[in-house]
Amino acid sequence: MRMSAHRLESGGRIDRGRPLAFAFDGRRYEGFAGDTLASALLANGVRILGRSFKLHRPRGILGAWGEEPNAIVQIGTGETTVPNLKATQVELAEALEARSVNCWPSARSDVFAFLKMFGPLMPAGFYYKTFKWPSWHWFEPTVRRAAGLGVAPTGADPDRYEERHEHCDVLVVGAGPAGLAAALAATRAGARTVLADDRPVLGGALQWEEKTVDERPALEWVGEVEGELRAASNARVLTRTTAFGCYDHHLVALAERFGEQTARPIRERLWHVRAEQVVLATGAIERQLVFPDNDVPGVMLASAARNYAVQYAVRPGRRAVLVTSTDSGYDAAESLKPRGIAIEAIVDTRMDPGEVAARARRAGFAVRAGYVPVRVHGTRAVRAIDIQPLAETLRAHSTGSLLRLECDLVCVSGGWTPSVHLFSQARGQLRYDAERAAFVPGSGPKGFQCAGSAAGQFALRECLTDGFAAGRKAAKATGARSDAGISPIAAPERTAVAPFWAAPRHDHRKAWVDLQNDVTRADLELAARENLRSVEHVKRYTTTGMAVDQGKTSNMNALGILSDLTKTPIPQIGTTTFRPPYDPVTLGTLAARHVGPLYRPLRRTPLDSQHSDQGACFEDFGGWRRAAWYTSHGQSREECIRAEKRAARGAVSLFDGSPLGKIEVRGPDAAVFLNRMYCNSMKTLPVGRVRYGIMLSEHGVILDDGVCLRLAEDHFLVSTTSGGADRIFSGFEEWLQCEWPDLRVLATNVTCAWGNIAIAGPRARELLSLLSTDVDLDPKAFPHLSVRCGRLENVPARIARVGFTGELSFEINVAAGYTAALWERLLERGAPLGVRPIGIEALQDLRTEKGYLHVGTDTDGRTLPTDIGMGEALAKKSEDFVGRRSLERAEAKRPDRLQLVGLSADDPGTVLPVGAHVVADPKARLGSQGYVTSSCMSEALGRTVALGLVQGGRSRHGESVAIYCNGRLWPAHIVSPQWYDPKGERLNA
Amino acid sequence: MLRISCPWCGPRDEPEFRWGGEVPVLRPGPPEAVSDSAWAQYLFVRDNPKGWVRERWVHAFGCRQWLIVVRNTVTHEIRATARLTEPLPEVTP
Ligand SMILES: [Zn+2]
Repeated sequence: MRMSAHRLESGGRIDRGRPLAFAFDGRRYEGFAGDTLASALLANGVRILGRSFKLHRPRGILGAWGEEPNAIVQIGTGETTVPNLKATQVELAEALEARSVNCWPSARSDVFAFLKMFGPLMPAGFYYKTFKWPSWHWFEPTVRRAAGLGVAPTGADPDRYEERHEHCDVLVVGAGPAGLAAALAATRAGARTVLADDRPVLGGALQWEEKTVDERPALEWVGEVEGELRAASNARVLTRTTAFGCYDHHLVALAERFGEQTARPIRERLWHVRAEQVVLATGAIERQLVFPDNDVPGVMLASAARNYAVQYAVRPGRRAVLVTSTDSGYDAAESLKPRGIAIEAIVDTRMDPGEVAARARRAGFAVRAGYVPVRVHGTRAVRAIDIQPLAETLRAHSTGSLLRLECDLVCVSGGWTPSVHLFSQARGQLRYDAERAAFVPGSGPKGFQCAGSAAGQFALRECLTDGFAAGRKAAKATGARSDAGISPIAAPERTAVAPFWAAPRHDHRKAWVDLQNDVTRADLELAARENLRSVEHVKRYTTTGMAVDQGKTSNMNALGILSDLTKTPIPQIGTTTFRPPYDPVTLGTLAARHVGPLYRPLRRTPLDSQHSDQGACFEDFGGWRRAAWYTSHGQSREECIRAEKRAARGAVSLFDGSPLGKIEVRGPDAAVFLNRMYCNSMKTLPVGRVRYGIMLSEHGVILDDGVCLRLAEDHFLVSTTSGGADRIFSGFEEWLQCEWPDLRVLATNVTCAWGNIAIAGPRARELLSLLSTDVDLDPKAFPHLSVRCGRLENVPARIARVGFTGELSFEINVAAGYTAALWERLLERGAPLGVRPIGIEALQDLRTEKGYLHVGTDTDGRTLPTDIGMGEALAKKSEDFVGRRSLERAEAKRPDRLQLVGLSADDPGTVLPVGAHVVADPKARLGSQGYVTSSCMSEALGRTVALGLVQGGRSRHGESVAIYCNGRLWPAHIVSPQWYDPKGERLNA
Repeated sequence: MLRISCPWCGPRDEPEFRWGGEVPVLRPGPPEAVSDSAWAQYLFVRDNPKGWVRERWVHAFGCRQWLIVVRNTVTHEIRATARLTEPLPEVTP
């Protein structure tokens, strides 16, 4: 195949035997396995990868990894597309499709480019100041279209994600020299070690720095260490894994990617790592230099240029000018020159760079010390750079000693910023180190160490010894006792830096601070002029340091510039807060498996498959998959529900009540305890009897209701609402453990151990007597509100005469495993009686016409027991109970409290809407006096019925009111809520 | 995410637990002897200190026992956990 024009003929850690075809902005290119999208595009001579955020200026590649501010791309299409990735971090894959963002139709020809001309009109705070009238929302769609980044996927993500929990002794983040040395020491010492690095290969900067460790090429050493770690049973090595967040108590979150291969079982994995000790060897990021036109494609970090040339065998230019304020910048010259990239000059902003410059001169490089860049020529690519002695640039409009250097690549090195993000997230304190011109880790949280360049140790020699010592110390702190051996070593280096935050101003040209957000030095000046002093405010006002790169190459420069402008020392300005994630994480990773049906799995009753067989329509009721109604051939939903209601009122019905909460309460003090939990008396409940009860919160508000069954002197069965079982049971435990540990009571939640079938209807007893049982079903022996334990079809059963329909009814509890057989037998034996299963919909209507309230529907967060007619029961009780004192407040006794009533529409065919308001003055339509809580067409009464909460409603029966909803009014009357069988003759039958 | 050492089960992740508020909170009674303000104090008023606080948590997805946790509300450091039957640990804010 033809070698790409900018690919070196040999070298690099790419697999030339595995060419990969890919597309960018619709054009086809070829790269190699081992490339990133950025290196492959550079090899193909693509220089413009994106347009700037506000002004749509052409932008090229600045960095080579996560620091990249410009080359933001969207990969893939449809449901699996991922927006806002950095091309520098995207591993090249066969058939990869990538597009630039924030430009249309492509980065090279963008129709929004005219916005450049409006540059002077779009200063910091532009959006805040301009789009105020009539409101921001009026402008938002248009602004978002022009300023947006990527686009969202078109559908639900079909890929699989997962999460894992890991516990280890030592977690090492970063597998550069310091991290490798740390992991090596910790593993050798015997600690359970996890090493995580976000790149596909280990070694970090050793991949391109061409250095020597232990007197052999550094990459040989990297290979040996990797081999040793992978072979060790106590070490785990994770590549392509970004540690993105440090949380409380040594929890570190990692995102592991599985690349863009087509056959991947999972796409990404979230790791929750709980580590006793954490070593942060997260490295350092080179800073951009701020000078006019420093955003023209072809201006690149010196470290990135080296990275492309050495690791990827890509020539990022033919003729380079190196602009540096550091010793380490010179290294790039030594890497680029032998690869056929001419070094036009090394421009050092320092007046006296010392030994490093002398050595470079001896090696034949032209060094311009004390010069600064004042302008870059070229729009779509660098053509030349103008430099000038620093002293001259300080004079306004001076062109003295201006020097033009022809080049197509400007390598910049503004010093190194330690990646202290995770350390800071873990509440580590940062300290400004003037000598290194960087914030370095200060006093740290217990169990955290920074090592290597993350700790400001920029030379390889210190990285290795520092990392090794940190790994050994971490292992020792976890009790590991084996001998870690001795640290690897490297030759000493010079790493001096003199901060150069920004070139002095030169005419009107823009000097870019944050390339991703189009923030210039002038924007920071404006913010300072407008007296924004807090760095957090400046960040939000100018947007410097925001979005996907979070200002990794720019934040320190912004601080330095701000320091100069406000005459405040950098330590006093401080940094903005570092928050997770360190690098963007997909929502898919965070959600892991908790999506779709696994987001909140529904519980199923023991009769689930029976319901399915009978054509049930299922719905989620309080976390349970329950039958809402049962379909019948050729009948509509309404017709089916009506038939179910007729069966319950006219024949016999079966209802699956298995989700009802069931809590067994046993012990000598069980009666005393329940008497405190219910607002009505339970102490006086005789054995074998059942009582309806209400439980309150300490605020006196109704929490739950249900029946309480006394099975023996010291044995109760408490039934709760289906959604309330866990809550009420937890409450029992809390009261018993925390408030009344003296009570000898054991409460057990047996909700799922028992199935529950409610048989209701005038023929309920007839049906039950068709089954074999040792329980006497005669109404005199087994009256309403009593419970019998016995056998039913030779299976142990608890049978209670209670129900929620107002008909003669039996609730049968049998072991969950017997429930299905019992259900089928009841249906089979009951067929001649007209038995029919009924769902929640029918039950809701039946209980509404009976005037039975549903907690949470007919009560709200303020309803007290006196509001629903429990006043008499309370008055009879002398003992304390939960919530009692709250019922004595003046508020609890107000006559105009919302109280439960029936609401009868004057037109018997009108179903009053739930939520409709009871209004005092139908003309004014103001002053709600309450609202409708339940409403339906009553099959039994042949008219509509409704329940509601109305001010002082219990003393207003008979009063006429108006019901208001969405502009409509209905005349109605307040009535007793007991619509159906008010004397209770049917349920006592 | 906190790691809480359950006195019955050992160190476990925070999602296994549920928070139950500051302790001690003494429930006043009998109801007829409690003033409105004393009842309001019991229901609503807490120290909510900046620094060390004693709380009760329940190991809901574990042994279901309530326990005492001494936690720093600034650093989230947990200094001690204890069973309800043990003496309440002392704290100096
Ligand atoms: Zn526990």
